Formats: sequence, C-alpha cells, structure tokens
Amino acid sequence: MTSRDVLFAAVGLITAAAAVLAVTNRRVLHAGLWLVVALGGLAGCYLVLGAELVALVQLLVYVGAVVVLVLFALMLTRAGAGEVDTSVAHRWLAAAVGAGVTVLLGGTLVAAYGWESRAVAGASNEVIGAQIFGTWVWPFELLSLLLLAALVAAVAVATTGHGRQGRS
Amino acid sequence: MSPALPLLLAALLAGTGTYGVLARRHAVLMLIGVELLLGAAGLLLVTVGQFAPDPLASGAVLTLFVITIAAAEIVVALAVIMAMFRTRGDVDLTGEALSADEAGSTAGGTATGEATPAVEAPTGDAATEPETVAP
Repeated sequence: MTSRDVLFAAVGLITAAAAVLAVTNRRVLHAGLWLVVALGGLAGCYLVLGAELVALVQLLVYVGAVVVLVLFALMLTRAGAGEVDTSVAHRWLAAAVGAGVTVLLGGTLVAAYGWESRAVAGASNEVIGAQIFGTWVWPFELLSLLLLAALVAAVAVATTGHGRQGRS
Repeated sequence: MSPALPLLLAALLAGTGTYGVLARRHAVLMLIGVELLLGAAGLLLVTVGQFAPDPLASGAVLTLFVITIAAAEIVVALAVIMAMFRTRGDVDLTGEALSADEAGSTAGGTATGEATPAVEAPTGDAATEPETVAP
C-alpha cells in the first residue's frame, strides 16, 4: 500500500460517489454539477496515475467545454423537463444491468491484471508529443476534420427548427 | 501501485454510465451516462498505458483521441436535442409527453402543463422526431 494507492483511493472514491450522484439525482442541474465533480475527479485519477498531459486535456476539454455545453443545454431545455427518470421497475432493471456490467468488467480486469503492485512507468510527455506528431499524425489530422464536420453539422442541425419556424 | 484500484474504478464508472443511459428519460441526462461510459474507457486506456507501457505511447494518445471524439459527439448530440426541444417542446425520450400533448391538442388545445411547445409543430414531423435522438 503505497502513498499513490492511498491518493488514488481517495480521488477514486470522490469520482465514484459523484458519478453515482450524477446519474441518480432528480434535479437536472444538480446532476450536471455532479458530472463536473466526477470528470474533475477523473482528471485527478489521471494525475495520480502519472499521465499529466491527459489530465490537463481532460480538465480543459471536459470540465471547461463539454460540461459548460451540457449545463447550458440543461438550462435551455428546462421548460420541457417533466419526469426525468423512468418507472421504478425500469430503474431496478437498469440498476441490475449496471451492477452486472460492473461485476463482469471488474472481475475480468482484476483477474487479468491481479492485485500485486507494479511500477507506474508510462510514456513521458516528450514521448507522447513525438508519437502524436510521428506515428499518430494521420489520425490526429483526421480528428481536426472530424471536429470541423461536427461543428458545421451542429450549426446546421441546431438551426433547422429556426427555418421551420420562419416558414410556418 | 496496484493496478486493481483504477481497473475497479473503471468498471464502476462503466456500470454507473450504463445505469444512467438506461434509467433516464431526460435526453441531456442520458448524455451524462454516455459521458461516464467514455470516461471509463479513457481511464482503462490510461491505466493500461501506465502499467504496460509501449513505445508508441498508445494509452495516452488514444485517450486524447477519445476525449476529442467525445467532444465532437456531445456537440452534435446537444444540437439534435435542441432541435428536438424546438420541434416538440420537451426532451422526453419515451414519447409519453408527446402523446399526452397530442391528446390535449385534439381535445381542444388545452395546455397539458407538463410540456409547453415553443413552436406549433406539424404532428407528422413530431412523430418522426424520436428516431433521430438515438446516440
């Protein structure tokens, strides 16, 4: 039990609790704010695991951009929020499926990797940068195209209703 | 450190995300479940990349790619949800609010209280709308 283990257990418990609250909270804005805590805690997990670059990108992209979008969407669609959860029987079924996924994945992964301690020896930031612009450069450039396409598509889809409103 | 802790957290996040996708009726809250699933995938990639490093640094690089793709996905999904809200007046994924709304309008146009449509949408368009929200 190293200090890294203790740190990860602390950050991981915060992340797990916030994730559970994000999917069970009945108030939509609170669920969105718990998602902020869960994704921020996930960035902390990356930091404890030694992946600083991924942790910073997670903070910038998720907590900085994606969650702000989600919160704005929640506030804009507030008028249409009636019941946010499905029926009780449906939720119990969903909880059973979720618990099954957790047990199956956790059991398989722990059985594959084991409990014994290993050295954390990930790639340094220099290696990651060199690999992104070396081995992975074409997927990386393709991702910029994907982001552009997503941007244009989002504007096109989101303004569809406006056009319909203007015509009718 | 022991690799079991991050792996168990990834499994727990995946289970929580599955529950969120299955148990939520609000479209944006269902997307929160999808976000947690993607976070579980990223944590798994980073964990394996840190405990079994390879010369291509694929653990960290693929996580960065997943984060980028998730950002693109959430933008398009939220645009679809906003279009759905503008057309139907609610973001309910079950369609029950929609049928109640139609019943209210055929019964004499009384407001149902649960969903107040911003636009009077033609019912043909409104009926085909739920198919477009599948992620």
